[in-house]
Amino acid sequence: MITDALFGVLALVALAPLAITLSASSKAGSAIYGACLIATVALLTIALVALIGQQVASTVTLPFGLPWLGAHFRIDALSAFFMAVINLGGAAASLYALGYGRHEHAPQRILPFFPAYLAAMNLVVLADDAFSFLVSWEFMSLSSWALVIAHHRVAGNLRAGYIYLLMAGFGTLTLLLGFGLLAGPDGHYAFDAIRASHPSVALASLVLFLALIGAGSKAGLVPLHAWLPLAHPAAPSHVSGIMSGVMTKVAIYGFIRIAFDLLGPPQWWWSLAVLAVGGISAVMGVLYALMQSDLKRVLAYSTIENIGLIFASLGLALAFKAYGMSFAAALALTAALLHVFNHSLFKSLLFFGSGAVLHATGTRDMEQLGGLIHRMPKTAFVFLVGCAAISALPPLNGFVSEWLTFQAILVSPQLPSWGLKLMVPGVGALLALSAALAAACFVRVYGITFLGRPRSDAAHTAKETDAFSLAAMMALAALCLIAGIVPGLFIDALAPIVQTLTGGHMPVQIGTQWMSQWLSIVPIAESRSSYNGLLVFVFMGLTGMIAAFAIHRLASDKIRRGPAWGCGFAGTGPQTQYTASSFAQPIRRVFGTLVFRARETGDMPPPGSTAPARLTVQVHDLVWEALYAPVARAVGVIAERLNYLQFLTIRRYLTLVFAALIVLLMVLAIWP
Amino acid sequence: MHGLTFDIAHMLAGSLVLVSFIELYQDRLSALLNTFALHAFVLAASVAWQAFVQDAPHLYITALIALVFKAIVIPVVLHRIVVQLGIHREIENVYGVGLAMLVGIGLVALSMVVMLRVTAEADPLAREDLAFALSVVLIGLLMMVTRRNAVSQVVGFMSLENGLVLAATGAKGMPLVVEISVAFSVLIAFIVIGIFLFRIRERFDTVDMQAMDKFRGEQR
Amino acid sequence: MMNAMIRDFIMQGGQMLLVLTISPLLLGFVRKVKARLLRRQGPPLLQPYRDLTRLMRKDVVLADNASWLFRAIPYVVFAATWVAASLVPTFRSGLLFSWTADLIAIIAILGCARFFLALAGMDTGTSFGGIGSSREVMIASLAEPAMLMIVFAIALIAGSTQLSFMAAFMNSPAVGLRVSLGLGLIALIIVALAENGRIPVDNPATHLELTMVHEAMVLEYSGRHLALIELAAALKLVLYLSLIACLFAPWGIAPGTTEPKLLLIGVVTYIAKLAVLGTLLAIFETAIAKMRVFRVPEFLGAALMLALLATLLRFVSRSF
Repeated sequence: MITDALFGVLALVALAPLAITLSASSKAGSAIYGACLIATVALLTIALVALIGQQVASTVTLPFGLPWLGAHFRIDALSAFFMAVINLGGAAASLYALGYGRHEHAPQRILPFFPAYLAAMNLVVLADDAFSFLVSWEFMSLSSWALVIAHHRVAGNLRAGYIYLLMAGFGTLTLLLGFGLLAGPDGHYAFDAIRASHPSVALASLVLFLALIGAGSKAGLVPLHAWLPLAHPAAPSHVSGIMSGVMTKVAIYGFIRIAFDLLGPPQWWWSLAVLAVGGISAVMGVLYALMQSDLKRVLAYSTIENIGLIFASLGLALAFKAYGMSFAAALALTAALLHVFNHSLFKSLLFFGSGAVLHATGTRDMEQLGGLIHRMPKTAFVFLVGCAAISALPPLNGFVSEWLTFQAILVSPQLPSWGLKLMVPGVGALLALSAALAAACFVRVYGITFLGRPRSDAAHTAKETDAFSLAAMMALAALCLIAGIVPGLFIDALAPIVQTLTGGHMPVQIGTQWMSQWLSIVPIAESRSSYNGLLVFVFMGLTGMIAAFAIHRLASDKIRRGPAWGCGFAGTGPQTQYTASSFAQPIRRVFGTLVFRARETGDMPPPGSTAPARLTVQVHDLVWEALYAPVARAVGVIAERLNYLQFLTIRRYLTLVFAALIVLLMVLAIWP
Repeated sequence: MHGLTFDIAHMLAGSLVLVSFIELYQDRLSALLNTFALHAFVLAASVAWQAFVQDAPHLYITALIALVFKAIVIPVVLHRIVVQLGIHREIENVYGVGLAMLVGIGLVALSMVVMLRVTAEADPLAREDLAFALSVVLIGLLMMVTRRNAVSQVVGFMSLENGLVLAATGAKGMPLVVEISVAFSVLIAFIVIGIFLFRIRERFDTVDMQAMDKFRGEQR
Repeated sequence: MMNAMIRDFIMQGGQMLLVLTISPLLLGFVRKVKARLLRRQGPPLLQPYRDLTRLMRKDVVLADNASWLFRAIPYVVFAATWVAASLVPTFRSGLLFSWTADLIAIIAILGCARFFLALAGMDTGTSFGGIGSSREVMIASLAEPAMLMIVFAIALIAGSTQLSFMAAFMNSPAVGLRVSLGLGLIALIIVALAENGRIPVDNPATHLELTMVHEAMVLEYSGRHLALIELAAALKLVLYLSLIACLFAPWGIAPGTTEPKLLLIGVVTYIAKLAVLGTLLAIFETAIAKMRVFRVPEFLGAALMLALLATLLRFVSRSF
């Protein structure tokens, strides 16, 4: 199993040099993306076989990496699941890129890195020792960095790449430290050895927080999120889809692997930090998203929100696991993993859709868009499905995982710790708030971008996107619907992972009696809660159609067209429509004054004057100002001071070297 | 003590917390004073119910004091003061209502964690009474912190004291003398503050506490 | 087996028809009571039905810019609201499809209707639609979490989010007087007022541009589309009143039975409950003034806080 997977990854790696050699050819794009599609579908099949076949984990050790260690690779249920998520996203992106990639101006800047990036993510989840894990992790960071700065001439992209590189390095550093602590002085880097090593509570806690920082910075948890909304939108759209939909999930894999697998039994108070960070990220992410008018940046911020939701569920699972409530832990972990899968679907879909819009209009600024539903009807439809899914509307998939999270929260009073008892409902309130704000956010995104009248010529003359892109988006939209109406299938597929990580499992959802239960999902017991996406879907579809049929038959089906009501002013231009920022104004006033210190100042000209009235809105990114700016300033000041060292005489340089040598020798002498 | 008796005591004590929140929510002075009267009234009812449940007649006196002084006399006098000062239509709030309420919720959660953990073995009614009472005290303090008007600060102080009375009645065995002296000391404090209000007003033409900060040169 | 299935289907269908037919009547009743309170004669009770049939027969006038989505949305909104309303126990609990969606899912289905309605407001590209949509989502962004926290508070007490079980629990002596439930009820009333666009949050009768929320969103709808949206709004009112009745006054709801006597009692008490709640609504609306739009967040924020407080206070309740 694992060898098959590694051959698949090898094929992807081999595509990178091939892309370099082919880059002169005009067919290079189709060839590489086609090959990527085949390789990812093959890897997806392997992952699904490993996940559903429920085989025992298969391992392999290759003779490179650290000399005394070798490179261990292993595929178990958890890595198979994440591999499936990666390759599903990768396959969709490859298919999408078959069409979208043709419009690239400089494909040679993207083609070599794309397969390498996919291969790196696969390697991260397959790695079975700390060394290969970190190498693959860094490989993943670097290849995605190359993709982020592919369009390096666009303003801001180089800065995005720079910040991304810094934060990625910081994340890897904390992970390295964590693994180093786990492995101990003897260098037992293999995961098997770490699992067997039973670290002390203090050490395990330290490692957990390092993992939370390292994986969290990759996943985009507040306050380590600063790079994410810069880097994700900067990449080409199919890569943005992978970065947001898939790479953040690889980071979550890293956290789950460390917290649930390697560290052994958790402490209850770990969950406090994870829950708090998750809840805050969820609300902050979506509030940031509501303040943006760049389409892809909105999507990137909304990723932070979803990551927050996933981490909140993981925190719950940790709490339950710490108190031995394996059953509830299974519920919370299932919710988290299901949301990992769901988010990878609709976030990829939305990024692909925004890519189609970007290509058709040449802009990502929502204030320049509008009315695209008339010009790009198919894109508009699939984008609507994505928006509805991410807003957690039934019967689509986003709702199912959110619903499971809420069900897990409702079990929380059985926790013995008073702090958790009172905190979990608070986190529940944060999640509920973020869910409602997410719906507001995506009404805004869809309404401004696709509905209304076009706000610029580019939006007016937009054309429908190509067939490959549409096929990829439609496949994802269909999966969103399927995962929403038969979630039981997916929950059952997650059971083996949850079983190994928490020791408990949810009731079998689609058992022998699935006909009589009509495929509903029942997380605990039927008397507590149940949900049936299929019936909701059929029920809503039927009632809607019956209503339409009856009214058209019995009453009236005539339509006339007329101008919209403009309060007596005829022919108001598209500029009188609500804009993205005016749509967000009420929410900015309610939440933004506190969270962003948002201020509005109106400047009205005196009566009779023809000067325009101006409204200025000030929004502060407090996280940036409080956390990043001081660090950057401190680095600047220190660099300024050290600059002095650049202008010494040769004698002084020699003195420095001499002093350093003496100090080192003295340390050696004193060392016991 | 089971079933309905417990439920009613629980209801009344909980309502006291709720009325504290309503006080936080009010930004109009006259509405605030009415709410405070309601606060005292709920306290009186709660104490009277405790007197009935615990079969402790001296608590009826406490209830009566609460009813007469706090629910009737003090609000009426304060109303008059406010009208005399001409600030009965004023709207004031330092921080947003939402933030104050959020902090209030946090305080309730905090007092619950503290009280329920400390008093794990105590009688359930006393336990929850103490939790509620601590919340009322903390919210009263919060009110004094977030308001800038001297009158609303007085109201905050008074509702804080209501919380103390609730705690005292729930704890069983607080002597009547102590309660009466507490009640009178509060009354005296109230009179002193009332006199001060007028003095402040004469001196500064306002009862806005920020004006006094300005006088001391502490303006932000 | 088959007979039981058919009976269950009939019960479910009966509930769907009941809420559908009674909803305009409730609207007419509230309007009538309001008019009488103001010493006006008021429109006849059956006026909403006449309005709806009249609207159904009229042609639809679409704005030039309206897309297919604009035409589809009335059906989506109507279907979602109707489905949600048919899942709340009214006269009988344990209906055939009651386990299709628990209370959280019902709220989400209503959220689905609102999502699409807000999109419809933005489709025609006028500033009215935008104003309505943006205010609606602002209100929803507070009302929905408040509603979820109410569900949390009650579900943590009742040990279930399944409405039939919650109603059964609330009918049992295990409930007692609890502060949490009281707070939950107040919060639920606030949310219900906001969700249905009643005074003091929104005025269902206004057409003054600067103050309207719901009406601004649906301003461009006409004919059968408008009829569907108004019917959906009426259904939503019935849904919320039924929800309050089912959670806080669950007396008389027939348990999973088909005995005619119990069912009759169920229907009669249900209609009586709706009448009482409708009267209270009318009195409340007559007594109070509409708020400024930017006071609404404080009002709803209070509901959110109350619901959160209810969840916290639950831990000092009797069962612990």
